[in-house]
Amino acid sequence: MKDKYDVIVIGGGAAGCEAALAAKNAGVKNVLIIEKEKRLGGILNQCVHNGFGLTHFGEELTGPEYAERVAENVVKAGIDVLLEAEVIEITEGYEVKFASYNEGIKTVSTTALILATGSYERNAGAILLPGERPPGILTAGQAQLLMNVEGYAVGKRVFILGSGDIGLIMARRMTLEGAKVLGVAEIMPYSNGLNRNIVQCLQDFDIPLYLSHTVSNVYGRKHLEGITISRVDEKFNIIEGTEIYFEVDTLLLAVGLIPLTSLLDKLGVKFSKSRSAVVDERLETEKPGLFMCGNSLHIHDLADEASKEGELAGLMAANYVLNKNKKAEQKVKLLQVSPSNGVNYVIPNFVNYPSEVDEITFRLRVSKPMLRSKICFYVDDKLIKTKFYPFLIPSEMTTITLKKEELIDGKSLTLTAEEING
Amino acid sequence: MAKKTLICIVCPRGCHLEVDENFNVTGNFCKRGIAYAKEELTTPTRTLTSTVIIRGGVIPRLSVKTSAPIPKEKIFEVMEEIRLVKLEAPINVGDIIIKNVANTNVDIVATQTINKQ
Repeated sequence: MKDKYDVIVIGGGAAGCEAALAAKNAGVKNVLIIEKEKRLGGILNQCVHNGFGLTHFGEELTGPEYAERVAENVVKAGIDVLLEAEVIEITEGYEVKFASYNEGIKTVSTTALILATGSYERNAGAILLPGERPPGILTAGQAQLLMNVEGYAVGKRVFILGSGDIGLIMARRMTLEGAKVLGVAEIMPYSNGLNRNIVQCLQDFDIPLYLSHTVSNVYGRKHLEGITISRVDEKFNIIEGTEIYFEVDTLLLAVGLIPLTSLLDKLGVKFSKSRSAVVDERLETEKPGLFMCGNSLHIHDLADEASKEGELAGLMAANYVLNKNKKAEQKVKLLQVSPSNGVNYVIPNFVNYPSEVDEITFRLRVSKPMLRSKICFYVDDKLIKTKFYPFLIPSEMTTITLKKEELIDGKSLTLTAEEING
Repeated sequence: MAKKTLICIVCPRGCHLEVDENFNVTGNFCKRGIAYAKEELTTPTRTLTSTVIIRGGVIPRLSVKTSAPIPKEKIFEVMEEIRLVKLEAPINVGDIIIKNVANTNVDIVATQTINKQ
């Protein structure tokens, strides 16, 4: 390990590893990944199910297989990797302070920094879960780690709140390991998971899905004994008299992920609706040389997408490092990117005009399921691009690229999603 | 056979399909739904993933998968065999853990490398 690096990547998951690889392949000499676990791969290591790698590797892999391939590439590329080390502070001047299992507390400095620290799960407190707080209430990811990596059974009679993919995957996983999963409740009137997972994880095992339902009470002092779920109205208020009681020893919460950004706290960067730092199309934050990618920027559905985003962050960090001293005065304008009408959020939050990249990638989520729709790009009031879709759903991230030449000069870029009537 | 309803899993749209006794499919947005419904109702298959006990390694569980999709109705039989396995580290990704599991002509293979501690 050196005292000074050109690029340091914090987090060795799907996004971070790819960012480091891209930076190294672009010609950056000294690249370091700092990872807090014992191995690279991040959450992929506990996702023993398949469905990964279809776009990134062109074949269907399980999470651990994907992680192992990425880790091998990192080692082959000659990237320095520091395992079992947690970054505790980043200073304005990019001094990275970390606590390492083997080396104690140390500081290393860098020219460019890529944050790929992933996300954390919303828990009982975050959703104001009513009732008692006995042992037996876990987040789905915690249960997944305990079961798939550490080999614990977790529970025998299980209920799952939240129908996102992690909840569905765990419903199947626990059933296969001999638990009885009594049901999955989803507060929205539609599932937040992929239909493929509704079929393969719930229907295959006759696990009921309760749409427009949430947990309305939790019972048990020494250990979880049971829960009630209730129907909710369109404003998500519980409807009295609709309670169903389930005797369970385990309640899994699969109620959403939030970007892990605590390292940004002291840097004072502005945040966006996706609950992370605002970035431009090069994934650079307001602080020059600080880049973001993966779930610490916004929540992805697929590891493949996080890898792709990491690749861009790595490439852009490399450009930053390699051109730092020869940067001429460029006249670049910033257009603010805003989600509007039917678009819940969009990354990036700014685009440069003219842009450094040939194709600008926009990643967005719509705010509700829509059939026969179009996504429109407006610069100020002028429509510059329209893309049609047979359907759009919030649980599927939508990715659109805009060619550099398609962008025109202006103040702001607004994205809308509209259903086509008739 | 009465009419059956299925959710198509070919793409994320998730059409709700209805299939009658002559395999006439309705509710499909595109023709891929027809092929899916036929296969799903005649010979449904799934790739199964799980974990097995491993001793002497850096972690106590090894992740595994079926080397090819297996008939859906064999899932629990295969799980029974997977549950009996106890391995010693090291194991390499791709190593065959069970040959011809539950007479499916499919193997159980390791999906990760676990080195000795």
